[in-house]
Amino acid sequence: MTQPDGSPFAPHAAAETAAMLEAVGVESEADLFDIPDDVAFDGEFGIEPRSEQEIRGELRRLFARNNDLTEFMGRGHYSHYVPSIVDHLSDRAEFLTSYTQYQPEITQGFLQALFEYQSMLVELTGLPIANCSMYDGATALAEAALLADRVRQTSGHRILVPEYLRDGKRSVLENYVDGAGLVVESYPMDDGNVDREALAELTDEETAMIYAENPTVRGTIEEGLSEVGEIAADTEALFCLGSDLVALSLLEAPASVGADVVVGEADVLGLPTSYGMGLGIFATRESFLRQVPGRLVGVSEDSDDRRAYTLTLQTREQHIRKERATSNICTNQAWVALRAAMHIASLGPDGLVDLAEDCVRDAAALADRVDDLAGYQAPVHDRHHFREFVVRSDQPAEGIATALEAEGFAVHAVDDHLLQVCLTETNAHATDGLVAALQEAA
Amino acid sequence: MIYDQARYTEGNKHEPLLSEKDDTTVAVDETDSPLPDELTRDELTLPGLSEPEIARHYTRLSQMNWSIDSGPYPLGSCTMKYNPKFTEDVAADPNAAIHPDRSASSAQGNLGVLYGLQEYLATIGGMDAVTLQPPAGAAGEFTGILVAKAYHDHHGNDRSEVIIPASAHGTNFATAAMAGYDVVELPSDEGGRVDLEALKAAVSEETAALMLTNPNTVGLFERDIVEIAETVHEAGGLLYYDGANLNALLGRGRPGDMGFDIMHYNVHKTFATPHGGGGPGAGPVGVVDELSEFLPSPRVRETDDGDYERFDPDHSIGKVHGFAGNWLVLIKAYAYIARLGDEGLADASAKAVLNANYLAEQLEMDVPYGPFHHEFAATAGDRDAADVAKRMLDFGVHPPTTKWPEMVPEAMLTEPTEIENCRTLDQLAEAFNNAYSDTDEAIETAPSRTTASRIDQVSAARNPRLSWQALDE
Repeated sequence: MTQPDGSPFAPHAAAETAAMLEAVGVESEADLFDIPDDVAFDGEFGIEPRSEQEIRGELRRLFARNNDLTEFMGRGHYSHYVPSIVDHLSDRAEFLTSYTQYQPEITQGFLQALFEYQSMLVELTGLPIANCSMYDGATALAEAALLADRVRQTSGHRILVPEYLRDGKRSVLENYVDGAGLVVESYPMDDGNVDREALAELTDEETAMIYAENPTVRGTIEEGLSEVGEIAADTEALFCLGSDLVALSLLEAPASVGADVVVGEADVLGLPTSYGMGLGIFATRESFLRQVPGRLVGVSEDSDDRRAYTLTLQTREQHIRKERATSNICTNQAWVALRAAMHIASLGPDGLVDLAEDCVRDAAALADRVDDLAGYQAPVHDRHHFREFVVRSDQPAEGIATALEAEGFAVHAVDDHLLQVCLTETNAHATDGLVAALQEAA
Repeated sequence: MIYDQARYTEGNKHEPLLSEKDDTTVAVDETDSPLPDELTRDELTLPGLSEPEIARHYTRLSQMNWSIDSGPYPLGSCTMKYNPKFTEDVAADPNAAIHPDRSASSAQGNLGVLYGLQEYLATIGGMDAVTLQPPAGAAGEFTGILVAKAYHDHHGNDRSEVIIPASAHGTNFATAAMAGYDVVELPSDEGGRVDLEALKAAVSEETAALMLTNPNTVGLFERDIVEIAETVHEAGGLLYYDGANLNALLGRGRPGDMGFDIMHYNVHKTFATPHGGGGPGAGPVGVVDELSEFLPSPRVRETDDGDYERFDPDHSIGKVHGFAGNWLVLIKAYAYIARLGDEGLADASAKAVLNANYLAEQLEMDVPYGPFHHEFAATAGDRDAADVAKRMLDFGVHPPTTKWPEMVPEAMLTEPTEIENCRTLDQLAEAFNNAYSDTDEAIETAPSRTTASRIDQVSAARNPRLSWQALDE
């Protein structure tokens, strides 16, 4: 029985509360609090409690204020169809309402699922070590730079990143590395790919890490990543490659182009569009194992000699190593990692490769159609593309994006006369409408 | 109560790995690829299983996992509350599933919820401005310390130290170090609180901030908080509130009223969003007016017309997450706060504190520090707290946090939260007492009723095998 005015999730009947207070030896709940009067709060928040039904209605009405647009948006946050099985299995309360596996004997299920997630990343990246999640691609990149700072023998302090990079990702990186005295600098791009000649010139002994993305934020597929790896290796800088789970299924394996660390967006699988909520990939070489940030699940045996899973190498982590920890991360994105693993399992290798190939084919086909319209050139970069591409518009891009919104479509305006369009199986049904709206707005 | 956890066993392992069920290799070069071979990988090897096989796999794994819906989960400093089911439905609204780069005019619903949650959190914490961007508590700490740094930089003060009590969460130390500060560790006084004299000796013109948890990590309210705040402020430093223990204070005390300048909220603790096996959580940060111009971009505000718009604070530190943080978690926190309202929030704290005090009364173990609030650190004395905890697993409860904080020998840091009734607390106490009084052999060999028996941690770390690929080597 619940007190009418209390929390609906505190199951104390009035008589029960009274008996418990008596057992503790105080007269009232207020007597339990040891808060001096001068800092005690006796005001009100002014938050009216509502019923479950009222809140569902309230939020349904509020969310209905979001315009119903078909999004052709990407640039680091993507929409792939998430099979129903992912929702139903990940929502099992045994997964959703558990916490970090501090007692591994009673949490083997989640540990095994995270171990399987780590293994999938090992296969996709070709690197032997993957942690069981970072917050998102931006913070994973930032953690990679801090790892580079820890493992490099020399005094290098420069982090080189592509000229085309999400502002937000760069800002997160700068915030994370500032305390370590690292400086973030851009290298130029050549028609949407790394300008390798310019990069080689910029790279010196002071370079701690070179970051590249495949696909790039503009959707182009890199064509000379092995060379980037060699440029990094020549100065003993770390080569950090950003990607995502679907792209990794098809594009060159990072290990084979010399990547030392792989970061990026794992939330492309397992999560629908979630206003930017993420899941960061972090994979690296064996030699950096003890410098890895975040949690790692390993295999051991129990006292009956059966295989068992456990969090391991925890002496890297903040709760043991405090200010000498590899990162301050504690709560991570474990449940999102569980969902990503379920989605990968659901697609299987054939499904993953098919999906990735469609990302190349469909983007190229749509770019051709847009290019045929008067007033547009697409793709702007003469490269292969993955999911998305940049469009040059004769009219100002902002105006076109606004006009498209009125027709029910959302695209990115990335520069004065540059639009960006992202295509996956979730909006493929609407390409005719988009093309027509573009034509109208030209 | 006796508990037998599910256990599927095949030979010397439990449920086989996905990779042991199937191992399919796709030769990418041989598919009808739209890309030239030199741009693609050679092959991809992953399990290729049918939906029924996958459903069974994960259902079995879930059965081999403890959760708050299974039973008591009194991990100290983790606030393992019941997660109301309706918040999942609210967060699953397809209209909320939009891209973060949407124009503000086409995202009024999302911005409205973000604005509403900013306002709720500000009033609950006694703060003037809130950012929802940090994706976890530690990320909130980092954001808060970056804000402090930006504030000092803006005023031309180059300060190098952050003061942290020895009993604080490990994240505080790691956060300060990541932000480039030297950590000054503050000892506790005999009563388990901040040693005021030691604090006065520690502060200087190098002090950027004091990070404080209140009530602290053994549940004690820092009664000298006004003097602590004055001491830090007189030295030109800022006072940072670690929100891990906010569940003790709802409606009874607000960090802003105590002199704190910056705080983070752990919405997955205080506001009951699910912990998800380790995350995602969210770690919004609140600040006093003077610091609001340094918060991450963008923030959300209401216009005179009742619309919502994004804006960049004048001297923003920039971003701490690639987009807008853990959006789905933020929706659930909003829904929880709305469900409880003023009375419910105050009642949650009252019952959380009552439950902790009632449970401690039933234990045979000593609780060296008091009066505590929503959590307490019992001591296992001459017994090994980790062993006692393992034995508790056999009695249908999750044990508390063990061997931390270090100021209590063989600590068992226990936080039952408000969700347990008296009967469950009695069962929990029985599990504590049975385990604590059991024989050495029984606790050293426990658990026996869980999926795995005692796991060899040493060999896991000595010979790291971190993927199924590593098992084949």
